[in-house]
Amino acid sequence: MTKILAIDTSTYVMGVALTEGEQLEAEIVTNKKENHSVRLMPAIRSLMDQAGWKPEHLDAIAVAQGPGSYTGVRIGVTTAKSMAWALDIPIIGVSSLEILAQNGVYHNGLVMPFFDARRGQVFTGLYRSENGRMMQVKEDRIVLLEEWLQEVSALEENVLALGPEEDKHREALAAGLGSLLTIPAARDHAARPSALAAAALYQQDKTEVHAFVPEYLRLAEAEAKWREQQMERQQNGR
Amino acid sequence: MMKKETTILAIETSCDETAAAVIQNGDTILSNVIASQMESHKRFGGVVPEIASRHHVEQITVTIEEAMAQAEVTFADLDAMAVTEGPGLVGALLVGVNAAKAIAFAHNLPLIPVHHIAGHVYANHLIEPLTFPLISLVVSGGHTELIYMKEHGHFALIGETRDDAVGEAYDKVARTIGLPYPGGPQIDKLAQTGEASIDFPRAWLEDNSYDFSFSGLKSAVINTLHNAKQKEVEIAPEVIAASFQEAVCDVLVTKTMRALKEYNVNKLVVAGGVAANSGLRQALKQAAADAEVSLTIPPLALCTDNAAMIGSAAHILFLQEKFADDRLNGVPGLSLTENV
Repeated sequence: MTKILAIDTSTYVMGVALTEGEQLEAEIVTNKKENHSVRLMPAIRSLMDQAGWKPEHLDAIAVAQGPGSYTGVRIGVTTAKSMAWALDIPIIGVSSLEILAQNGVYHNGLVMPFFDARRGQVFTGLYRSENGRMMQVKEDRIVLLEEWLQEVSALEENVLALGPEEDKHREALAAGLGSLLTIPAARDHAARPSALAAAALYQQDKTEVHAFVPEYLRLAEAEAKWREQQMERQQNGR
Repeated sequence: MMKKETTILAIETSCDETAAAVIQNGDTILSNVIASQMESHKRFGGVVPEIASRHHVEQITVTIEEAMAQAEVTFADLDAMAVTEGPGLVGALLVGVNAAKAIAFAHNLPLIPVHHIAGHVYANHLIEPLTFPLISLVVSGGHTELIYMKEHGHFALIGETRDDAVGEAYDKVARTIGLPYPGGPQIDKLAQTGEASIDFPRAWLEDNSYDFSFSGLKSAVINTLHNAKQKEVEIAPEVIAASFQEAVCDVLVTKTMRALKEYNVNKLVVAGGVAANSGLRQALKQAAADAEVSLTIPPLALCTDNAAMIGSAAHILFLQEKFADDRLNGVPGLSLTENV
């Protein structure tokens, strides 16, 4: 059976899990605004020790690939990528939003995971449960929450909203989705790394480890500005 | 039987170079691989932290793999994993630190955190064994420091810049006279062809101070050019470059030589990217010869950021068993001297 180490540091919820096939071996989820770089490796070692696993027992490493906090995603991806390379095993990336969407696997309707992306924007996507797996209805994106909610409400289906900072946006969600909206208990807004490991089992496209990078869904600010200037220059040149 | 060789894999990602190296016994380079991002940052006229961090994640494992391949070592040959802990750009440091922690965990290797500036000083150890006591002049885009070392692993800061680092001043002046980034090498080249006929101010600060200040000099260059433009007088860029470079070298060399005399030290080592500057190299060589001081300046490739120097500095820490635990973090403002 495939032994997977799963790592998710894409929001301030940090998750590490060990799974064997469909079976959960060990899992830790913390909901603290404290540096992932300091806490991730102790969490991995502690879980491995408790499970009695050695690094060479691992068959694959699954990681939340983003979107989310740039630094957070990088810590998870760098750790996963370096360990996978050092152990010569595959790295499997899963969308951070898809992992959170798994919390709505028994919801009848649409599941909308979202992370705050500042300035009124969110990282979000739309999913639906099919045979115990989350299938994408609308792809992951960065979008103004207000615009996004209009698009989602137009589908006229029940929507389960999942977000670690859901409380900050509760009014906007209620205004945008009205009676279509379901908000679960607070604990259900934290992604489960065991769900990441489960999704990784079905992940088809396997990236070569050296080429594996985060899915930021947004250019670095300086890069975006530079491209804008290039566009303007080209247009003016014409 | 005791193993004779100590082999360390080192990673350095504090700024815009993703670097990995394999070093034996602290003084022998088995490999030294650098993936530079300079071309990417050139467009912005300087290093953009978020973009640097993104490049590091892209390059990290392939760079380490290349370093191990060139050194012809496997994980079983390694005795320890070393990494730059700081100072530097936090997002950039975090990539190296987390990669090092993951590899150390995977292969049960001790993890050695290294101070970036200690690394620069130890670049000299790769050329010629360090002898003590010594004075080190550290000059780069982020640092201008005079350090006194009485033995391996001991660093006492005796002077530092109060404003711009010397490399920063070079880049800013280069921009002012319209030279592309990075400006240091460009000014150095231009200075060779010009006469240092402008007497730019030297900031000597207090009589006993070993500190530096370059912001006044930078402003003087800008003002001189501005006034010339107002009066519609042309000043050749090579004259500006030569005069600026002479002012910089004058202060650096004078303070360094004074420190050597006062601390009764006859060993000087130079470190950091600006140690690649030919004007500075020449001035230091002359002054060291006059004062009968032994001088080491690393070759250009070891002056700029690299991981070989990190592996060299890590060796002494390995012998002292100064290992980090799983909580190791990147520390952007890490002090060199806090354990003295």
